[in-house]
Amino acid sequence: MNEQLYHVSANPHVRDKASTKSIMFDVILALMPATVFGFWNFGGRAIVNTILSVLVCVVSEYAWQHFMHKKITTGDFSAALTGLLLALNLPPEVPFWIPVIGGLFAIIVVKQVFGGLGQNFMNPALGARCFLLISFAGIMTNFSSQGPGTVFDATTSATPLAALKAGEAVDIQAMFLGNTAGTVGETSALLLMIGGAYLLIKRIISWRIPVCYIGTLSLFVLLFGGHGFDMYYLAAHLFGGGLMLGAFFMATDYVTSPITPRGQIVFGILLGIFTGIFRLFGGSSEGVSYAIIFCNLLVPLIERFTIPAAFGKGGKKDE
Amino acid sequence: MGLLTFKGGLHPYDGKELSKDKPIQEYLPEGELVFPLSQHIGAPAAACVKKGDRVLAGQKIAEAGGFVSANIHSSVSGTVKKIEPRLTVNGARINCIVIENDGEYETVEFSPVTSRERKDIVQAVKEAGIVGLGGAGFPTHVKLSPKEPEKIDTIIINAAECEPYITADYRCMMEIPEQLISGLNLILSLFPEAKGVIGIEDNKPDAIAKLTELCASEPRIEVASLKTKYPQGAERSLIYAVTGRSINSSMLPADAGCIVDNVATAIAVHEAVTLGKPLYERVVTVTGDAVVSPGNYRVKTGTNAAELARAAGGFKSQPEKVISGGPMMGMALSTLDVPCGKTFSSLLCFSKDEVAACEPGPCIRCGRCISVCPAGLMPTKLSEVADHGDFALFDALNGCECVECGCCSYICPAKRRLTQSMKTGRREALALRRKKK
Repeated sequence: MNEQLYHVSANPHVRDKASTKSIMFDVILALMPATVFGFWNFGGRAIVNTILSVLVCVVSEYAWQHFMHKKITTGDFSAALTGLLLALNLPPEVPFWIPVIGGLFAIIVVKQVFGGLGQNFMNPALGARCFLLISFAGIMTNFSSQGPGTVFDATTSATPLAALKAGEAVDIQAMFLGNTAGTVGETSALLLMIGGAYLLIKRIISWRIPVCYIGTLSLFVLLFGGHGFDMYYLAAHLFGGGLMLGAFFMATDYVTSPITPRGQIVFGILLGIFTGIFRLFGGSSEGVSYAIIFCNLLVPLIERFTIPAAFGKGGKKDE
Repeated sequence: MGLLTFKGGLHPYDGKELSKDKPIQEYLPEGELVFPLSQHIGAPAAACVKKGDRVLAGQKIAEAGGFVSANIHSSVSGTVKKIEPRLTVNGARINCIVIENDGEYETVEFSPVTSRERKDIVQAVKEAGIVGLGGAGFPTHVKLSPKEPEKIDTIIINAAECEPYITADYRCMMEIPEQLISGLNLILSLFPEAKGVIGIEDNKPDAIAKLTELCASEPRIEVASLKTKYPQGAERSLIYAVTGRSINSSMLPADAGCIVDNVATAIAVHEAVTLGKPLYERVVTVTGDAVVSPGNYRVKTGTNAAELARAAGGFKSQPEKVISGGPMMGMALSTLDVPCGKTFSSLLCFSKDEVAACEPGPCIRCGRCISVCPAGLMPTKLSEVADHGDFALFDALNGCECVECGCCSYICPAKRRLTQSMKTGRREALALRRKKK
């Protein structure tokens, strides 16, 4: 037999266009408005730190995979996304070695040591941020800035949430637009929501985690915030701190959030509760990062109790 | 009736515009025709002709090998050349009757069934060798003989044709809808309590309009518009969409009071009873970007697949992949030198093999496979369990509910071969169940 043989494979014989790479790229794209605003707002050092952070993440992933004789996967934009998220979570004037240490920690310790893409149990960027926060607390909580958009010096550089906690008045409009002190990428609630909307429309993320997270936190603040139904106070909590960045971009990280639909709802609710506790009763005014990495650890447990019901075992259609 | 649907599923590129407006053409084969003795689910048929016999078109050449089995008829007149193992669509070599076509198409005399007694109709269907023509090939007379016929309240005609590219059922609905309705009425006559529902995806509005108009005078038949979504035509999904009843893998449609037959099957029932004509032809869509003139052909069973490709004008470019059936659930063929059996609904020729270009990466836990799974499973978890060989756990996690529709592999952004692992897992888990018994 000398005839042409055709390719054989199991069904299906067609594939969706979306790939790991295209999804990661979409998330980076969705972060661009907030990133560019952060650059404009905080200026040169923020730009350099961001580039540094992305570079360190990509290079360290490449180096690790090269020396461990693993397949090089830096082309999937996952390491670049981690670097970008880390940079957006750093105060604007941190020294250059902060993103370098952070990037190395995120990629090597949090991601690669546990098996690389898909295997890490904690969001790498947030793991690194918390590592830096604990290790270099002074640097990581100094939000002074020399940027062209907003100039803060060390004495007036309290973030809106810290001011709120101290009982001072905050400017909601500035918080919504982003002209406040904070990390590079967290200040503009508006631009982060635009990015989040893009991810929702492109169905990269589902509504479950962000809606349950923000909804639960709102309820928590209304009930336990001590300000009753003060919408102004609630708005300050929603637009302040890293909530929008966390709810749309960090909590929804595929790898470290539940894959089951019901699990995502539980996860969002837990995030709201823990963020509320950390913010209202904790020592720090922020709570998003700690709440997310804490709930990351609960994911296997959440998934275990939220396995979807197989069709035909789950009862009848509701008419 | 509004748009009916199910949970999960997806919207692949449907490619139907290649062939949907091409009327059905008769294709007459040349040379030898090959009739596998197993073109259905159940026991293989037993040959009842021998080498050297002259046979006519429509003559029975193999007898059903049990109750769950089906007769096979010659589709041409000619001489039995040999009975030998030949390569078939599913990649196995099975015994086939090879008939040299004499080109006369001399046909046996058909005797229409005039009686409308239950047993006579079922007998006619059995005699005609009718099996589910959607692809599964389950003998239709078995389906029409449920344990408790009085409990059947819905006969569903599966006209969803949710597989991309295939337009054979659509052309039948446009060209011979009255035969479909006649076939459905014959099935309905077996179940006096039942109503008939023709479920059509709403991407075929002209078929919906045509059948709705024709069924206006049919009190027992209604036409249901289904949401266009793959796998709308999967039996369990369709039953759920039409009746709201859920069945699982351990149940039959009859447990939900339903019998599901596809368009071509109902037409075959019409031909078997009103004309007395056995099943030896079917409509096949020959399409894909590698084919010169995609179209729909009335093909004699036993025709060589390579001939079909020639019938459609041959290849524009050498295809990389040819598929029997649709792109989601069809079977890839290593060679075109296989016969088209009763369940051969489409010959799909792609100039590029999309799958070969996809290198699987690690799961990023996006959960898309879970949201598209029509069986409500967790394909990423199950495929991992199957790959590790833990088939008892696979079963415990309901892996055997998988319908192998292919949605999980299709949607996976990491291009993991989830369906393949699911199929292996399911086969092994079912084998484990049998061993335990």
